[in-house]
Formats: sequence, C-alpha cells, structure tokens
Amino acid sequence: MKFNFQGAGIVRGFVETARNFLGSYYDPERLTTVEYPERKLALPENVRTVPFLVYDHDMSGLRCTACKICEQECPAACIKIIKDTVKKSDYLGKSQFQPQVFDIDIAVCMSCGICAEVCPFDSIKMDQVYELATQDRFAPLILHKEQLGKSNAYFHAIHPTDAVETDSLRDEAKRKAETKAAADAAAKAAAAVKPKPEISTTANSQSVGTSATANVEKAVAT
Amino acid sequence: MHTLEEIKNLVEQNVPGAVVQIVPNANPALAGSLLLDSKSATDVAEYLRDVAELKFDLCSNVTGIDWPSKEVKTKIKKLVDGVEKEVEEITKTPAFLEVVYHLYSTVLVHGPLALRMRTIDRAENNRVPSLTLVWRSCELQEREVYDLFGVVFEGHPDLRRLLMWDEFKHHPMRKDYVPPVDEGDAVEVSA
Amino acid sequence: MSTLRKEISNGSFCGGIDVDSPLRHFSGATRTTNTNGFAHDLLEISMGPHHPSTHGVFRMDVIVDGEEIVQLKPVFGYLHRNHEKLAEKNSYLGIIPYTDRLDYICSMTNNWAYVLAVEKLSGFQATERAEYIRVIVSELTRLFNHACLVGFLLQDMGALGTPLMYAFREREKILDLFESLTGSRMMCNYMRFGGVRCDLPEGWLDEAKKVVSDYPGFIDQFEALITGNEILLARSQGVGVLSRELAISAGVTGPMLRASGVNYDIRKTDKYGIYSRFNFRVPLGDHGDVFDRYMIRVLEMRESLKILEQALNQIPAGPIIDPKAKNRGLRPKAGEVYSRIESPKGELGFHIISDGSASPYRLHIRPPSLINLTILEDMCLGQTIADAVIILGSVDIVLGEVDR
Ligand code: SF4
Ligand code: SF4
Repeated sequence: MKFNFQGAGIVRGFVETARNFLGSYYDPERLTTVEYPERKLALPENVRTVPFLVYDHDMSGLRCTACKICEQECPAACIKIIKDTVKKSDYLGKSQFQPQVFDIDIAVCMSCGICAEVCPFDSIKMDQVYELATQDRFAPLILHKEQLGKSNAYFHAIHPTDAVETDSLRDEAKRKAETKAAADAAAKAAAAVKPKPEISTTANSQSVGTSATANVEKAVAT
Repeated sequence: MHTLEEIKNLVEQNVPGAVVQIVPNANPALAGSLLLDSKSATDVAEYLRDVAELKFDLCSNVTGIDWPSKEVKTKIKKLVDGVEKEVEEITKTPAFLEVVYHLYSTVLVHGPLALRMRTIDRAENNRVPSLTLVWRSCELQEREVYDLFGVVFEGHPDLRRLLMWDEFKHHPMRKDYVPPVDEGDAVEVSA
Repeated sequence: MSTLRKEISNGSFCGGIDVDSPLRHFSGATRTTNTNGFAHDLLEISMGPHHPSTHGVFRMDVIVDGEEIVQLKPVFGYLHRNHEKLAEKNSYLGIIPYTDRLDYICSMTNNWAYVLAVEKLSGFQATERAEYIRVIVSELTRLFNHACLVGFLLQDMGALGTPLMYAFREREKILDLFESLTGSRMMCNYMRFGGVRCDLPEGWLDEAKKVVSDYPGFIDQFEALITGNEILLARSQGVGVLSRELAISAGVTGPMLRASGVNYDIRKTDKYGIYSRFNFRVPLGDHGDVFDRYMIRVLEMRESLKILEQALNQIPAGPIIDPKAKNRGLRPKAGEVYSRIESPKGELGFHIISDGSASPYRLHIRPPSLINLTILEDMCLGQTIADAVIILGSVDIVLGEVDR
C-alpha cells in the first residue's frame, strides 16, 4: 500500500497491525500462544530441566556407583554424595559402591546437563519436569535419592533416542560380560579338574570355544 | 602487522625516554606483549595511537591481573662442608599487580598488540599511569580494574569504584580476597 | 545500596557537575544551557535501577536543567556476580554454562567466544561440520537479538507492546529451534572445545531453513509497521549523535560503531571460524544517530539471513567434535590468549591466562555492552530525559553482561 502524506507511515503501521489482528481470526497459525496450564506444548526430546537418577527394575537397581564424578564436575556444586559402606552388584555382576546419600539442590542447579554428560555409568540423566515451584525455598528444593530415582521406562519415555542407545550399549556390555563369566567358570572348572593348569591350557580352551580362548587363557594365568 | 621487535624498535627510536621490554608468552605459539614503564607509558601509548605505520586507534580490552608472591623451589649446586651437593633453595617471586591493554587498529586492520604495565608491589606502590586520556575506552575499564584489583591509575579523571559499592573495603579479584561468610548482608573484610 | 542514598541526599547538586572533566574534551561536548546564574534550577534525578527503560538493573544519575540533560553518570554493579572470580574456581568445561549467563539473550555467541579462546590456548581445531553449526546458531542469535533490540527501542519510544511482541513472536521460532537442538531455550550450553555438544536432530535443518526463508517476510512487515513511521523519525533522527572519532576512541564496537560509519566488523577483519567463506556485506551508517543504529540492525538482519542461507545449504556431514580435543579435565599449557568475536552487541572478547592447572589463573571477559556505555553521557548531553531513554535503548545493553 502506498500512502504519500504526512502521517502516512503511521497509517501504514496501523494497517499492518489490523492485518495481524484480524488475520488471527482466520488463520490459527497467527495465534502464537497457548492457554497454559490447560494446554501444554509437547516438549522436544532434548529438553532438560533438572537431573534424575535412572534405575533398572526398582530402586535397588539404581545405576549410580557413587563414583562422584558428577559431584566434582558440577559447575554449581549442588550435588552431594555419600558412599554407602555396603557394596552391591551391578548389572554386569560386578561389585560396585552405591550412594547412601545422593542429594541435588535444585534451587542451585542451573540445568546445564554437565553431570549427565560426564557420568560414565549412564546413571544421571536430565529430567523434563518443569512445574517445580514450592512454597518453601529451602528443604523441598533439595531432592533426595528417593525423589531423584526414576525408572528406565521413564527415561525411555522422555529421551527415547538416548535411552535406546544407552540400552543397546549396556546390553552389549552385558553380553560380553556373560560370555566372559561363562568362560571364566568353565576355565575354573577345568582348572579344578586338572591340578597343573599351565600344561593343559590349550587343551581346555579348545573345549570352551574359540571366541573365548583369550579370556580363558587369561583366567588360567592369573 | 609489525613484529613485537619492530614495534619495540620503532617506539624506542621515536619516543624519547621510552623503556620497552618484550614479555614472551609462556606458550610460544601465542603472541607476547610489550611491558611499558610508568614514566613513558602515556607517551608510548600516544605514539602507538598516532603514528602512521601502526595507528592503534582502538584500545579494545583492559585486564587486571594479580600476581601475589609465590615460593619457587629451585635446585642449585652448592658447596656444603667442602662437598658439592644439590640443595633446594626457596626464592620468592616479586608480588605485583599488572594491567594489560589490547590494542587494535580500525584503519590498518591489525592487532592485537598487548601492552602491560606493572605496579611495584601490591600494597602502597600500586600505581600505574592511566591511559584514559589516550583512549577513552579505558575510562570504565580502568575503573573496573581499580575496583576489583586495587590498581590506582594516576591521571584518571574519574577514578571511582565501578561494580562494588563505595564503602566496600577490599578488592574482590585479588587472589587473597576472602569472601564474607554471611551470605546475606555482605560483611566487609578488612584489607 | 548505600551509594544511592548518599548521592540523592539533598545538597547543592550543581557543585557536583563536572563541566571541565577532561573526558569531555573527547567529544568537545560542553553545556549548552544558560544555567549560569540559575544554578538552583538544576534537578538531580535517579533513573533506575528498577525502571523499565533501563533494560535491567541499571541506574543513571541525571542532572537536568529543565528538560535538558547537563550531566549523566551511569551507575553499575547491581547485577555483579563476578563471573571472573567464579571462573578461577571452576574447570574449563564448567565455565561454559556460566558464559550462557553473561549476555543471557545470546548464549550461543558467548559460548563461541569462550571456546574459541580456549581452543586457541590449547591448539584445538573445531571440525568442519561444527564450524558450520556454530555459524548457523550464531547468526540465528544475531537475528533475534536485533529483532528484540528494535522492539525494545520502540517500546522505549512509547510504541507499547506491538512491535516488541512481533519481534518476540519471531524470536520464539528461533528459540524453538534452539530448544530442540540443545535442550534449553536460552541457556544453551552448546559449544565444546573442538566442536559442539550434540548433533542436529533429524529434520532440524529443514525447520531452520523454513524459519530463515520466512524471516524476510517478517522484516518487511516490521519495516512497514515502523520504518516510515513519522514518530519514529522525529524521535530518532539527529538524536544521540556519536561521531566516528569518538566512537573509535571510546572502544565502541558492533552495530553502534558501524552506525557511526566505521567499517569494522570482526567477522570480516579477524575471519574467525569460517566466516571468510560466506558472502555478506557490512552495512554502515552516516550520521551515528539513533535512527542509523536502528536501521543498521534491520540491515544486519538481512545480511545474517544471507549467511544463514549459504551455511544451511553448504553444511557438510561429518563428526561434530574433534575426538582429540579434551573437554573434561582439560589443562591447557601455560600461556595467555586474547580472543574475540563479533557478538550481536559488539566485540565480545575473552582474555584467559592459564598456568597449566585445571582452572584458569585469570579469565577476563571484555563486555561490549559495558564499553559501549562509556560514551552514554556524551551522547545524552543537551538532549532531554525522554531522549536519554531511547539513546540508552539504541546502545543495546544486557545487564548480565554489563555487570557480569
Ligand atoms: S551419577 Fe554417575 S557420575 Fe554421579 S556418582 Fe553416580 S555414577 Fe558417578
Ligand atoms: S545440571 Fe549442571 S548444575 Fe545441575 S546438577 Fe547437573 S551439573 Fe550440576
């Protein structure tokens, strides 16, 4: 539209505003807001708010090994971990430490995601809950192990890609560990039968199968 | 762009009384800087700004650095009771505050050239000349260095604290600053 | 803060005016008013720290003669968190999320400035794909930063809401892109030494292309709404003039500098990243007034779109991070580096001194917002209070970066 008089710029501006206003009655694209909290937008997969801890099956299957790497790396220093004296065995059957206390002060946490990035045990991941307001700004904002622990199924629900990838890696590791364990067991059994293992190494390993040969040799040697 | 050597020679030839020293970077892959002395610093700065070959008209960045005294252990050979022995000697590095300026040229499009100035110590002799009247951009930045490090810029037209409040006593960016224990109202820590 | 109380305490204000300050010789600005003999008519006003026109917690101590400003002193520090001190206690990796919070509108460019400095310090090189991603996210940041700035500027002029909301509507689209890419809308924490943290999700490039191809339509609409508006012209032309010489001397950078006619864009001069591969022009102003600063932002948005189009079409496949670059537990060799980029607000620099340990010995941030405020008083002298508001608006400050 071309206007050429004093004040034409203002008129042009009003035309533009009117177009946008009236347009919103016809074109839903022009409505840019949603009526929160009645309606909520679906969150993209990558969204991160505060951390949570993944467990397999139930709380006793918490993946965290209390290695404290996340505690060290957290730029806001809002994670507090105390190691338990009792160990537990992890999904690979290895004996690992576990946290007795695992607290995150989400009032301090800045949702950077570095803890999730550095955890070598796929234990700490970023949650997507965002309605976290409380009436007291201290105690309720310190999340304890019980509140932080969430199931692997939940992890799958919020970060499907990451979760599937993590699971396949873990399955792979588990399979390897099982093969190794089987081989170890076989080697032990063989060692028990033959009192002089160093002579009979080759004969035994052949009975276990070629893929596990290396493992068996190692097991026997130690 | 001229090398540091060339700039140093240019300055020494053209600015009477200029004392310039090259400070190499601890990492040899990165550029070193020029250390100016307090007496001739403003003259050198004006020369660098105005001379046609260099034209450093944009003083982009001013940084303060605190270098408290450190104990350095060096092993030296010494005669002890007639026998040569290796002895550890502890020497203290000098303590001083340092200000670094990074210069660029908008005309000749080169840079950065880093200038440094050092105070004599971290207590009373904490003065360096201000370059605010050479490059206006130093005005707020030198105030910031004064505020956070306690370097006094002589000749700065308006040397006040920039970020901390006027009654604040210490200089928080110094390495020996102890933050107040009380997290509410700031407790002042005496210098 | 006690300074506030002290400075406003009653007393003779005119005694405080520093007409002969050597700083005024830079601009040659003098008091133009006939206040001699009417000194008691001067009035000191404290604008801020809580005032919508100051864009955050920032205060201007203004002395006016009638409507005319005879002195203006900016007061800083209300948002001072001392990021530089925090950095001395943090790991190199742990500093990245803190840089998000400097200029909290443009976290991507802050990330880039910091990782670039550390990469120089430790000799890493970002991968090809990561370089493209960095350019794309930074130019997207520039787009919405400028759009918002223009919106805020008009808000300051009294165009309540409408232009700002249009700008926010567009910004929202880019923030959605950032959210699906990095997981956070504003605190992206995205770049890493040697590359970026995660790869583009599926379909992201197409969405980005759509946003970029729709954007010129928005700029046209925006310009139809305001550029010819007589009120904007009357309020901004000839207001807050900043001369070329003063701008350079005062270290003003970014769109402010270019509005004063200085051809200095760090993307062109330093050619950091891969900017030398893209075709774009650097818009320049003539008058250095508020209108030029407004126009420069509009034109820069169009140039950013050009870069984005090229980058989005050329982006290669490949790794997003150099596997040799160490992120966790990085200990760069001892040394010192100053590195800068063209952030939407100006020259954002990081000066890092490493002593070979896990955290920097000293980290200094060169904040464009703060240094562009050096000459706020010079631009405002002789103008009215209402002009001071839009002059401040045209500088483009974010207090998170001013005070750090
Ligand atoms: S969450 Fe991960 S990084 Fe943190 S202590 Fe547990 S296992 Fe270690
Ligand atoms: S998200 Fe960041 S701040 Fe929060 S707990 Fe993890 S590392 Fe710490």
